[in-house]
Amino acid sequence: MMIALGLTFLMPLAWVVSTSLKLPGQVFITPIEWIPTEPKWDNYFEVFRRLPFHLFIRNSFFVSIMGTIGMVLSSLTVAYGLSRLRWPGRDFVFTVLLATMMLPAVVTMIPVFIIFKEINWVGTFYPLWVPAWFGAAFYIFLMRQYMLTLPLELDEAAKIDGASNFRILWQVIAPLCGPAVATITIFAFLQHYNAFMEPLIYISKSEMYTLPLGLLWFKGRFGNFWHLVMAASMITILPVIIIFFFAQRQFVQGAQFTGLAGR
Amino acid sequence: MTATTSTPGIQTQSQTRRRMSAAQRRDLRDGLLFTSPFIFGVLALWVGPMLYSIFLILHKWNMLAPPKFLGLGHFERMLNDPLVGKSLVNTAYYTFVGVPLQLVVAFALAVMLNQQIRGLSVYRTVYYLPSITPAVAFAVVWVQILNPEFGVLNEVLHWFGLGPINWLFEPAWAKPALIIMSLWLTGFQMIIFLAGLQGVPKELEEAAEIDGANAWRRFINVTIPIISPIIFFNMIIGIIGSFQVFTTVFIMTDGGPQNATLFMVLYIYRNAFELFRMGYAASLAWILFLIIMAFTAIQFFFANRWVYYEGRL
Repeated sequence: MMIALGLTFLMPLAWVVSTSLKLPGQVFITPIEWIPTEPKWDNYFEVFRRLPFHLFIRNSFFVSIMGTIGMVLSSLTVAYGLSRLRWPGRDFVFTVLLATMMLPAVVTMIPVFIIFKEINWVGTFYPLWVPAWFGAAFYIFLMRQYMLTLPLELDEAAKIDGASNFRILWQVIAPLCGPAVATITIFAFLQHYNAFMEPLIYISKSEMYTLPLGLLWFKGRFGNFWHLVMAASMITILPVIIIFFFAQRQFVQGAQFTGLAGR
Repeated sequence: MTATTSTPGIQTQSQTRRRMSAAQRRDLRDGLLFTSPFIFGVLALWVGPMLYSIFLILHKWNMLAPPKFLGLGHFERMLNDPLVGKSLVNTAYYTFVGVPLQLVVAFALAVMLNQQIRGLSVYRTVYYLPSITPAVAFAVVWVQILNPEFGVLNEVLHWFGLGPINWLFEPAWAKPALIIMSLWLTGFQMIIFLAGLQGVPKELEEAAEIDGANAWRRFINVTIPIISPIIFFNMIIGIIGSFQVFTTVFIMTDGGPQNATLFMVLYIYRNAFELFRMGYAASLAWILFLIIMAFTAIQFFFANRWVYYEGRL
């Protein structure tokens, strides 16, 4: 039964892979031919010939990497202030942090768009990655939970040596946060890579499309060529699969770092 | 500390206080400094926009002509807009049918994976992967799976002598079709459940076993209460997310057929970015915001009836 269920979950992906390697005439033959007899790898090159997918890949990676760097740096900094420092108002800021985790983002969608339009950021990549540099509640929370597990003696020893908080964070604490940094890197990268609504709202020039927009465009123009649409989908999915295989542990850890989720 | 070496008296006390408050000031300064990215982010991306959207609610604005004051006219208009009610009902249907099913599926998968089975990491991958693939990619695929003529789903139904169903082309079936698809995307909830299940202390289960509780009773009376905070967490996050569903419907049905999948955020998006009714869209967003907050509050209110927190009786 496990196997049957596993196959059911795998089926859509298997269908993408097999269709992406077929000739147009083979796509709708029933029963479905799961493994094409003559895989047509050229479908993948055809996708690049029809639309500039190399640009979409570049744009997606640019936005994802910039967003990820910002998310990691902001999480480390803010989590340090919330877990290793004692100061009046800390609990209040932490409460606000927890609250923003549960606020539905829909309420800010329109005003934030108008604000970005006022500062002439609409049509640029900035709205897609700059917000990450201010941190996001979930990642800060995750990092704080992790930092709380590190012994406070570390900071005290460094403080006696006359180190400032800034140095303690970057030279003592941050190097010990490897697992949490890895988890945030993976999650933040995928969040930016998979983002759809933000690029849809903010990006209009086709050479600035990220992969999700590019794929949607491709489907709109060549929707009848299912073998090509599936090859384009596969190009979009492939980086995610590669990341997942190399970073499986971080995904599982992510759930555990949050302190078993809200406890 | 240094005060003990100084001369005693009022003067020293005030010196100590001043020195303490200097240290406190430094703590406060560093605390604010380190959390300043988040504080600025909250002000610029949450508080500011929310206040600004109150201005939007009260005005009619297409972003070309200057905003025109309208008072509460947008809310009057909502009452006469049949699509508002329609999209609210659709969203509620999708959430209150979909989220419980998602939780059951995610939980069942987690329970299965929590047993000592071979190839655990393979199964974990298979169940988790869909939830992290770009929505556009899988939405395109699912349109094909749900295709009435060639789709795999109808083929499977055919083996059991059922169907064919017009899934995305029939108003009555479009929402169930999207809910079925959402069950395929529960990997994240599953991982969180799995982490919770692995955290259930073995001693508790063994103690219950010694007391003669069978596997089912151990599950109901030990496992469920221990991980109830995680069920609660997944439920809160699931409902908030489900109320704001957008990408999949935008790509797969664009609200159709006959507005059967016109969900709130899609309708807000249309008003804002296709019809440029910024004020009206902001008002709709506020209504949805308040609805979501109300349901979150209700869940927290009932939480202490069934959510068990360790160390609290």
